[in-house]
Amino acid sequence: MASPKTTEAIVAHCEALFGDLDFTAARRWKDAEPGRKVIGYMPIYVPREIIHAGGMLPLGILGGGDNIEVIHGDAYYQSYICRIPRSTIELAITKRLDFVDGMLFPAICDVIRNLSGMWKLMRPEAYVRYFDVPQNFRDDLGGEYYINELRELIAGLEGVAGRKIPDDDIRRSIAVYNDNRRLVQRVYELRAKTPWKAPTSEVYLLLRAGMVLPVEDHSRLLEDYLATCEARDRPMRDNCRIVLQGTFCEQPPLSLIKAIELSGCYIVDDDFMLVTRWLLDDVAVDGDPIANLSRAFLHASAATAAKYEPDPAQKGAFLIETVRKRAAEGVIFASPSFCDPALLDRPMLAKALSRENIPYISFKYAENSGQMQPIREQAGTFADSIKLWSEA
Amino acid sequence: MTTKPEKPAVVKEPSMLKQKAMIARNYDKLTSAPETGKKVVSTYVPGNLNELIMCFDMLNNLPEINAIQNGLRKQSGNMIREAEKMGHSEDVCSYVKADIGAMARGAIAPNGKPMPPPDLLLLSYTGCFTFLKWFELLRDEWGCETVMLQVPYDGDGKVTDNMRDYVVKQLKEEVIPAMERISGVKFDIDRLRENLKHSAAAEDDFVWVLQSAMNKPSPIDAYFGGVFYIGPIFTAFRGTEDAVDYYKLLRQEIEERIAQGKGPITPEGEMGEEKYRLVVEGPPNWTHFRDFWKMFYDEGAVVVASTYTKVGGVFDFGFRHDPENPLESLADYCLGCYTNRNLPDRVAMIENYMEAYQADGLLINSIKSCNSFSAGQLLMMREIERRTGKPAAFIETDLVDPRYFSAANIRTRLESYFQMIEQKRRPAGAPTPVAA
Ligand code: SF4
Ligand code: SF4
Repeated sequence: MASPKTTEAIVAHCEALFGDLDFTAARRWKDAEPGRKVIGYMPIYVPREIIHAGGMLPLGILGGGDNIEVIHGDAYYQSYICRIPRSTIELAITKRLDFVDGMLFPAICDVIRNLSGMWKLMRPEAYVRYFDVPQNFRDDLGGEYYINELRELIAGLEGVAGRKIPDDDIRRSIAVYNDNRRLVQRVYELRAKTPWKAPTSEVYLLLRAGMVLPVEDHSRLLEDYLATCEARDRPMRDNCRIVLQGTFCEQPPLSLIKAIELSGCYIVDDDFMLVTRWLLDDVAVDGDPIANLSRAFLHASAATAAKYEPDPAQKGAFLIETVRKRAAEGVIFASPSFCDPALLDRPMLAKALSRENIPYISFKYAENSGQMQPIREQAGTFADSIKLWSEA
Repeated sequence: MTTKPEKPAVVKEPSMLKQKAMIARNYDKLTSAPETGKKVVSTYVPGNLNELIMCFDMLNNLPEINAIQNGLRKQSGNMIREAEKMGHSEDVCSYVKADIGAMARGAIAPNGKPMPPPDLLLLSYTGCFTFLKWFELLRDEWGCETVMLQVPYDGDGKVTDNMRDYVVKQLKEEVIPAMERISGVKFDIDRLRENLKHSAAAEDDFVWVLQSAMNKPSPIDAYFGGVFYIGPIFTAFRGTEDAVDYYKLLRQEIEERIAQGKGPITPEGEMGEEKYRLVVEGPPNWTHFRDFWKMFYDEGAVVVASTYTKVGGVFDFGFRHDPENPLESLADYCLGCYTNRNLPDRVAMIENYMEAYQADGLLINSIKSCNSFSAGQLLMMREIERRTGKPAAFIETDLVDPRYFSAANIRTRLESYFQMIEQKRRPAGAPTPVAA
């Protein structure tokens, strides 16, 4: 695929992919050659390398956003459950996911966990796996369990692919994803350095594109964005720098991200689409690829609400480090309504921030929230107070 | 309208008195821990490793049970508000907030004495994500040691060797060493075997009690009454002789009830005629427990099987703790708890109950707090209706947050549900009675 060459064209391309709930790009990829398979996955993390090594397309499913009218999905969920599973069900019932050959439901919370069982009941013909991950981070304990889980996953995916997935192919795919991870990191660094050149409303769309495109195409898009963006001349504003936290699963509407930016905040880090940044460093390419993926998971992965923190002293440390690394001045906790992981974690993170005198605010959203004025006002007041503080 | 027969005065059965005494003794042991020097372990009902905890002479304190106690005493509402003031979201599990709110006020046990802080948080991560965060939050408050036991979810409906081995290895290398360190007691596997023998004996009688509801009329209510029957086996007594004796006693009482053709005992005495036999999915509401139960027994509705009575272990499909394979059987126990089973399994279990207990229908009490139970229940309901052809109904309450119990709505919903059952029962073409 030839990728567009101006920032505007790149962003427009990403926005078109984002708005397309029929997943036309992924369908085209599948139809391009007979026998191609697509494996859907939900937040927060799956080892996409393995799917890729099987010659299949990993497809990130993040609900229907504010672009879909949920008609059937509400009949599956009580009002006090978050939105992402119901709009995902809506996507399935309206046949928008009928081309997906398998679905992975990662261990993130009980809603996604139970959705895996619902999928099994509703799509008995599809490959459906609840993808469990270790909460014990010893190589010889949680690691051993995880390696065996990964082997089971490989066996299941081999069934869908109709062929073996040899270690060499996984090694090659790890290298491809290492490239992609490095590029995503570069985009994040560029944004942190010059957020006026790479606004989050664009960076977000760029990452979303990575949910539906083949990783090679996505990497090219990232390279092009970096090249065009660095050369871009845009005015710097007197905004405050914040880290956005809590958006790792159900997505905020794009208008919410824009509202935060318009209120006078530069978002200099976030937890959007963690699958792209879950593993913090390159995964080793030599040696046993499964053991390498396991080690990366256990020892060099993002700290997030869905993970247990064995060391109490480290609770919140990852967030504080992010704030420091990005020279952020505050944190905005934006959590989906009824989101157990985000909302249960928040008081502990908030406490850790308070200890470090890092200011924060919190609010909740839903993927289909419409009214952005209150959020804009809240974020605006926060930005003003940060500026006042720093000037005092 | 029919006149209800005069009900005899409520008599407390010996088993009820025994359980009350067991609970009181346990709270006394807990609150006197600072004097006796006994170490206190906090853990959860699902994946409760009481047999193991006892091997170290430690005491078991279950935060869900404390939250339930506070709910039944109508004290949980204030505690929840307290926790919300401290920054905990209104959207999360009310057990957690009741627990944290209670702690903020200086937790008091039902015997009126201060509850000692735990020496060890045993994070048995079985069947509920909230558990993970709950003990991180408590650890943050108490600053005590926490040991995690991750129990993989049965996503594919089968326990693999990898899942079992992982649990066993964590027991050996993480949980037992932590318990030895904190208690100063060396692990003795024979002591564990002895405790497991008691567990298995109690489990036999417990299952007999649950299955007595297959009788017509059912001698027990397997939900509202069931929550009392699960008391010893799900909490600090599984593995004790006391629990074995309790279930023997309970069994004898129920055998007598069956012989006399009696139905369940309710808070207002013997239940009248059994009109509707229900299976219930989901935990009960605790803040209005009596009012809620009354809505059922007043209408002659008896619950013959419930999934909540499987939350601390599923024993009625053959599993027993096994003294010959002590750690493996603890692992299997944890892996098999109800909310650790995938949705297709949960549906299959309910379908089985509908048939085996000759139920008229399924009622789902959906709990606002609890994603572990609640997410997916509407699909479960439709599946059961489709598979059994029997009517199902859905009501919504909360565990210990009194703000989410609307008596009028629930009563109306139940009334129309009972009518629906009546309609289903009538042979096709039979006339609808104009008034009852
Ligand atoms: S938004 Fe939160 S509660 Fe909902 S599915 Fe995602 S992680 Fe789970
Ligand atoms: S979420 Fe449900 S299972 Fe988990 S602690 Fe709360 S009530 Fe229990």
